[in-house]
Parts: sequence; C-alpha cells; structure tokens
Amino acid sequence: MTEATNPLAIANPKMSARDVKVFYGAKQAIKGVSIDVDMDHVTAFIGPSGCGKSTFLRTLNRMNDTVASARVEGMIMLDGEDIYSPSMDVVQLRARVGMVFQKPNPFPKSIYENIAYGPRIHGLAHAKADLDVVVEKSLRRAGLWEEVKDRLHDSGTALSGGQQQRLCIGRAIAVEPEVILMDEPCSALDPIATAKIEELIHELRGRYAIVIVTHNMQQAARVSQRTAFFHLGDLVEYGVTSDIFTNPTQERTKDYITGRYG
Amino acid sequence: MTGPALFLLLAGLGAIAWVSARARALRLQTVARATGRRDAVHSLPGYHGWYVALWTIAPAVLFLAVWANIVPGLVTQAVLADPAAQSLPMDDFSRSAILGEARSIATGAQAGAFNPLAQGLVEPYRAAINKYGVAGAVLAIVLAFAGGAYAFTRVRPDFRARTRVERLVMATLLIASLLAIVTTVGIVASLLWESFRFFSMVNPLDFLFGTKWSPQSAAMGYGNQDAFGAVPLFWGTIFIGAIIAMVVAIPLGLMSAIYLTQYAQPVVRKWMKPTLEMLAGVPTVVYGYFAALTIAPALRDFAVMIGIHGASSESALAAGLVMGVMIIPFVSSMADDSIAAVPQSMRDGSLAMGATTSETIRKVLIPAALPGVVGGVLLAVSRAIGETMIVVMAAGLAANLTLNPFASVTTVTTQIVQLLTGDQEFDSAKTLAAFALGLVLFVVTLLLNIVALRVVKKYREAYE
Repeated sequence: MTEATNPLAIANPKMSARDVKVFYGAKQAIKGVSIDVDMDHVTAFIGPSGCGKSTFLRTLNRMNDTVASARVEGMIMLDGEDIYSPSMDVVQLRARVGMVFQKPNPFPKSIYENIAYGPRIHGLAHAKADLDVVVEKSLRRAGLWEEVKDRLHDSGTALSGGQQQRLCIGRAIAVEPEVILMDEPCSALDPIATAKIEELIHELRGRYAIVIVTHNMQQAARVSQRTAFFHLGDLVEYGVTSDIFTNPTQERTKDYITGRYG
Repeated sequence: MTGPALFLLLAGLGAIAWVSARARALRLQTVARATGRRDAVHSLPGYHGWYVALWTIAPAVLFLAVWANIVPGLVTQAVLADPAAQSLPMDDFSRSAILGEARSIATGAQAGAFNPLAQGLVEPYRAAINKYGVAGAVLAIVLAFAGGAYAFTRVRPDFRARTRVERLVMATLLIASLLAIVTTVGIVASLLWESFRFFSMVNPLDFLFGTKWSPQSAAMGYGNQDAFGAVPLFWGTIFIGAIIAMVVAIPLGLMSAIYLTQYAQPVVRKWMKPTLEMLAGVPTVVYGYFAALTIAPALRDFAVMIGIHGASSESALAAGLVMGVMIIPFVSSMADDSIAAVPQSMRDGSLAMGATTSETIRKVLIPAALPGVVGGVLLAVSRAIGETMIVVMAAGLAANLTLNPFASVTTVTTQIVQLLTGDQEFDSAKTLAAFALGLVLFVVTLLLNIVALRVVKKYREAYE
C-alpha cells in the first residue's frame, strides 16, 4: 500500500498495524497491511468475500493463534505496545480488545452468567453485589436490560438472535475493553435486530474504539466514520467513510462500491 | 441321497435356471427392443435370471427344512409298525432308550448294540431312514423343477422381475434382523421364566434385601431361608464396577479426552487416540490375569505393609482398578465426541473474552458437554457391572458386605459363573438363583442404557 491511499494521519492511534502479513500454511491471506485505528471513530472493514478483512480483524486480538496453521508477520500495536511481542499476555490483550462474532454465540448458561463470565475470570468483581452492578451496567449499555431484567436467570440461548447478539456485545463490554472488534455482527440477523445493533454501535462510539467488518456497504456507511476497503489480501483504500463512498481514489474501490463485483 | 449332495444338486439346478432364464430374457428383450418402444422392456436379464433361480432353489430348500423336522417322527412310527418292535417293553423310558440305541447304530454313530432288542430294530430303522430320505430328495427335486418351470414361463420383456427380486432381498434382510430380536425376546423370556421358578421357592424380598448369601448351604439341605440374600453381591458389583472402577476411569478418561481434543497436536492425536482405544480391544481375560497375578498380590503386600487387617489376595481394589483401566476408552471416546460436538464458536467466544484454555474447558466446554459425558459414564458403568472375567479371576468368592477395598468381595457375575459351573440340576434353588441374578443384572443394565441414550440424545439435539 502506498502512502497516497492513506490520507488519514492519526496523531494518537489506539491500534496501529505495520506491514502485517498473514499466512495459512503456504497460502498468504494478508499481503502487508498498514492501518491506524483511533478511539473516536467507528472503523469499518469492507470488501468482497475472501478479501482477508475478517482474517485481519482476528489478528488484532490474536484470535488467529487458535488456528494451528496461521502465521502472522509485521507489527501490530495497542497504545504503542507490540501485541505479538513475547512479553504480551494474550489473556490481558483479549480483555482489552474484545470481540463479537458473526453468529451469536452465547454460552449455554443463564443471561446473568453470560455477562458475569468475563468479570469473574478477570477478577473484576468478587462479591455478588459487585457482579450484580456489572451485569446491570453491561446489559444497559448493550441495550438489553429492559428486555431481560425479569429473567436474568433464564438461559442465554433461549433469547432471539438479535437479543443473543446484544448479549454477546454486553458480555464483551462487561470486561471493560478498550477496543471492540465486530466480525459481521449482523449477518445472521433480521433487519429490525440489525437496526438495533447499529443503534447500539452509535451509542458505544467514543467509549470504545470499534472496528466492524461488514459485507453490507449501506451498513458501513451508516455506522462508521472511517472505512477501509480490502481486496485480495491488500488494503486498497482507507479514508473517511463519506469520501470512500462518494469519491474513492482507487479504481478497485470505485468498482466495488458501485457494485461491479463482490 | 446324502444331504450335501442334494444341496449341491439344488445349487446346480439354480445355476442352470439362472443361465437359461437370463438367456431367454435376453433373447426376448432383443426382439422387444426392435419394436422401438421404450417401456417394452422392464427388467435387466440378470433379474430374470435371479427370479427363476430363486424360484428353483427357495421352495425346495424350505421344503427340506420342514421335512427334516417331521422325518424323525415318521421314521419312528414306521419302525414301531415293524413286527420286530412287538417285543419292546411297554414303559416309555426303556422303550425310548432302545429306540435311541437302534437309531444310533443305524446312522453309524454307534458301532454295536448293548441291548439285543435294539439290534433287531436296526434294519427297520435303516430301511425307514432310507425310504424317507429318498422320498424327501425326490420331492425336493420335483419342487425345484416345478418352481423353476413356473417362474421360467413368466419370463417376458414386460415382466417385473426386478421388483420381485428386490422385494425378496428386502424380506431376507428383514428376517435377518428379526432373528436377532426374536433371540433377545427368547433370552428375556427364559430369564423371566426361570426367575419366576426361583421366586416361587425363595421370597423375592429375601432375595433382594437379604444380607446373607450362601447357596451351598441351601444345596446341602439346610433350606432356602436366609441362603439367598443377594445384597452382598449387589454391593460387591457396585463397589467394584460403579465405584472403584469409575474413580479410575472417569478422571483418566475425561482428562485424556480433554487433552486429545484441546491440547494435542494433530500428529500426536493421530497416534494417541487409536492407541488409547486399543485398550478396549484387549481381551478381558488378559485383564483378568493381569489383575489376579500382578495387581492383586502387589496390593495385598502393600496393604500388609501399611498394616491393614483382612487384606486378601483377591481384593475389590485389584479388580476395580484393572476394570477402571479397561473402561477408560469408553469414557474417553464418549467424552471426546461430546466435547468435539460443542461448537467452535463457543470456544472462540470464551477465548476472545480473555479466558485461558483451561478456563474455557472448565467453564464452557465441560458444562456444555456434560450431558454427553454423563451418558458416556452411565454406559461405562453398565459395561462395568456386567463385566465377568476380571472379577471372576480377581475379586474372589466370599460374599462380604464390606467397605474395605483390600478385602475380598464377590459380584453378581462371579456368582452366576459359580452357580452354573459343574453338574447342575435345574430344579434346585441354587441353580435357578443364577437366573434371578441374571435378571437383576439385565434390568439394571437396560435401565442404565436407556437413561444414558436419552441423555445423550437430548444433548445432541441442543446444538442442531
């Protein structure tokens, strides 16, 4: 990627990647991506299927570690600290960089236990009263409190898909992360549930650095202020969302957002 | 004509029928195809061949099966009608003894007669057996020809031979599976019947709740009271199979399943899993002598060393430990399946929260996989309490009601073996007690299996 395609000079990035390459065995999935993500904006990763946007997202909290064949090169920093350095504790990293997945994946436990899971394993709350506070606060932020406050001890898997996804967002919020990564969080939801999640993203903006991968370009335009377009493992263009959608500088970006492929 | 020769002949007839019917069908179909109509030909020639061959062989074989069962009666009648049979004694017992002897000589199973009367009946026997043998063979061959001819006339291009043959294949398969079911029903019926006879001699409550087991004293004429209290047996079975063995098998099986599914590199898993499962393939008698000759003496020496009284060279602990090892693969492969069935997204979700691998396993994977694991453990228990060889060799015969794992205890299966080894009379409570024990074992294992399968099934549905 050349500097010309990256007009955003961010003074104090929350996370920054430099020349990141990801390999699955011999196959290269990401071909040298450099990008800065900041605290005040929602950043959207768009691009056709298989372009590497989800793979890249998963490098930001080292979820690719769980894939045996995956190998990451380059440097990714969180507040200036290399997250792939040996001194970085993955457990700490993931507490600071939370993640929401494509398909809602609540644990087969009660709603309360789903939220309390993170605070418990990180020792953020011990007494029952403290936990109650964390659970209520997280569910309120996830916009789910009013719907579930009377049935906190029902199973999380009994909720509707949209509620489950907000539960997963609440679960991520409960450990007080600094960054929240969302991997196509609405792809398994209906339009109404999608609207609720998008609304929630607006409300969470500013409190957390949010990076969202999406297939849906309207969604990227609605929820994000920064957009990065990936294609075939390259970061083709990164800029202010309105610029990317109205005035892309790269031919490939223009082709994609006008629907020529993807 | 001898049996094998007859069957060879029938097989030959069948082969001829196949070849000729196929040839005829081929010829007819060539003609029919020439008319150009697509539906003129229904089945491939091979099906016509099979159809006719089956009609040739099956009726004859079925007839022979029935014939073989009624011939002995006919032969005996024929012999009794012979003048030589007039001098037979009138009482049934000696009469059938003489007839049996004569039949053995006639068929060549016995060389000479002890009873001169039997010698006189040998010739009539031979004649009758021969007569009915020839009659049966002739009838079978006639049936084969008749069946074959009937089927052969039906060979037409539009005859649906394929449908018929397929139907017969299905019927054969159905009968094969019904045979297994009928056998099971028969076994259960005999268990129930013999147990019923036992319970008419011994009060069921005394049997189920009595604490004194000494079938020998009952056999020696001290009466059935207080001799068939099976509680020590039930306790021994549970102590060895459901407690000691599970204390070994559950943690080891579960931990190896967790290691294999969550930590092991694919290369390691590839050789480790089959090796572990090989434990299930070791014959139980090998475990048995391992328990009896290696583990049991070592445990006794150890117990004596640390000063435990009543340490026996046949101990519950030895049998239970070895049985536990034997059960490990059952627990581990069931646990392996249920852990692997927990969706990857669940695991990712936990890891992405910053949970460590072991926290993820303890707090997410195991709870989610628990029903499957419980089902596996129940199946393992039912396998363990029905296990015989290890306990026969290593657990001992003394019906002790004890909590001391170094003492000798006995189990239901061991006692069944004891009760039924050697000469038996089938009207004594001692022998029939084996059936009652078998019934209890059967009912318990059946219940365990039903519950286990329910649990596993319910859990499987949860993630689909």
